[in-house]
Amino acid sequence: MGEVGNRETNFRASGSSSPDLPTSSVISRRRKSLGNHATAYLFLLPGISVFLLTVIFPIVKSIQISFYKWMVLPGVPSPFLGFGNYSRALHDPVFWRALVNSGFYMLVTVPSQIILGLLAAILLNKKIRGRATFRVLIYLPVITSWVVVTLLFLYLFSGDGGFFNWILKDVLHLVNQDVQWFGSRWPAMIAMAALGIWKGIGWSMIIFLAALQSVNPELVEAAAIDGAGPIRRFFAVTIPAVRRTTTFISMMLVIGGFNVFIQVYLMTQGGPMGATEVLLTYMYKQAFTYLDFGYGSAIAFLLAAIILVLSGVQWRYFRPDADS
Amino acid sequence: MIVGNKKRTRLMTTSRFVALCLFSLVMVLPFLYMVSTSFKKYTYLFESPPQFIPKEPTLQNYVQAWTVGHFSRYFFNSLFVTSVSTVFTVVFASMAAFAFAKYVFFGKKVLFILLLMGLVVPGIVLIIPQFIIAKHLHLIDSFAGLILFYIGMNFSLDTFLLRGFMEDIPPELDDAMKVDGANAWTRFTRLYVPLSRPALATVTLFSFLASWDEFAWAITLINSQNKRTLPIAIALFHGQHATSWGLVFAASLIALVPIIIVFLITQKHFIEGLSTGAVKG
Repeated sequence: MGEVGNRETNFRASGSSSPDLPTSSVISRRRKSLGNHATAYLFLLPGISVFLLTVIFPIVKSIQISFYKWMVLPGVPSPFLGFGNYSRALHDPVFWRALVNSGFYMLVTVPSQIILGLLAAILLNKKIRGRATFRVLIYLPVITSWVVVTLLFLYLFSGDGGFFNWILKDVLHLVNQDVQWFGSRWPAMIAMAALGIWKGIGWSMIIFLAALQSVNPELVEAAAIDGAGPIRRFFAVTIPAVRRTTTFISMMLVIGGFNVFIQVYLMTQGGPMGATEVLLTYMYKQAFTYLDFGYGSAIAFLLAAIILVLSGVQWRYFRPDADS
Repeated sequence: MIVGNKKRTRLMTTSRFVALCLFSLVMVLPFLYMVSTSFKKYTYLFESPPQFIPKEPTLQNYVQAWTVGHFSRYFFNSLFVTSVSTVFTVVFASMAAFAFAKYVFFGKKVLFILLLMGLVVPGIVLIIPQFIIAKHLHLIDSFAGLILFYIGMNFSLDTFLLRGFMEDIPPELDDAMKVDGANAWTRFTRLYVPLSRPALATVTLFSFLASWDEFAWAITLINSQNKRTLPIAIALFHGQHATSWGLVFAASLIALVPIIIVFLITQKHFIEGLSTGAVKG
């Protein structure tokens, strides 16, 4: 991002220099720069105002709400609780279980999506027959709505004679009777993670593919001429080339992993008995079932804090410009 | 020696092709099963082994979903909300991206950090305050409420991607137009927008997808049955007809059609737009 600043200064300098009239050029530069500010603001105004209203203001508001026992009815004063909602969360076993479930989902889905996405991208990087078709087929789950694929996996993982049970029982003979996938915690979490991985591979594939295509082919050839086999080439050329991209993908996937919501909401509603609750379903339940907006906001804010810390750590240790 | 190499290359290509076939098959199999189920008459019974080709294929599920299930209505609700919010998002985001890419202004850094916050804290984390705001603005149970918040939710990602792309447009072209007396708006519409076409295609696809598929906000905001969008209609439909999988999947596949169309139109520019905008870091 350091590059950006330079280009801006270049742009400003070339936009307003007239070397033969020093005094008037100073005035006109000042006027021009004021004009530039105004022009920039005009271009920003429509989008930024909607963005401030619908995203930034809610962030601030959410912090405020989390400190109150928020009353939904108009006219009823909301008692101030300080950190009450936060300490309640830290002593709430369901909150911790939800945190572990969200964390499990994230830890299982992120590496799988990165590895399988990179694999697909490498397979598709060189010209091959049917390349565009393969790309579209692998990308298809990404563009399909979460609701549709969730219902589809609910069907595939169905407890009485669903497709996956048929594979496990009748084809592979790994189990003797149908697995009730959504009847207990870990099978349900595994089914949801399987859905998350399947849906996300195409996304990381496309981003990796874009990065791989900007790798200089001469570099690969040079390595090949130097006698590096495919595996050496992979670690010496490909991996360094996609490092920045991997950081970007990993950051986005960690955020996405903690945002797991629709699958749980539609597959198990957090059940049985709160066993598969994740942070966002628990937050949603607190807010829109029990109308406890304050507690819900505290959970949301804790989640946001976790996401911010994890993004910050990844940014720090694998900073995109640290290696080039 | 050379012959051996050629043979090896051909073997590599063949195994790559086979690997890709298997990979794609695993990815597509669930869809094939969904399509085949949508053409089946009786789907409340699971067959073992599963039938991939329906015995008596029928269009009955599609007809029933479209008419009795009111999916024609939900389809046009979704189309309206998604089109309007996509157009506004892309226009607003490209204007903001132009300002970020080509201007120095007071508060730029702060605004940029706010934009990044919008990227990092997305989704339904903010749904509680957003609901309260929508209530204050009397936007509960309205398309306007969906559209306004969809613009805000997609704005930061689109601006971010477009900014990256517009920064790479050489300033010489811009200067040349300036010498000719073109104002900022003319340069934006005649130079930056046409040259950013790949990135615009990418963000159009992203915004369209995000709004078309959005579930949590819609199910929280919309109460009236006749204002439902497709994702909530499909989810509620499943709740009512839990065992009529053929019907549910027919409705789901109807919802998939516009997505596939938009994807096929934009995908040519898609990778190019991504590699220049997002990934450069």
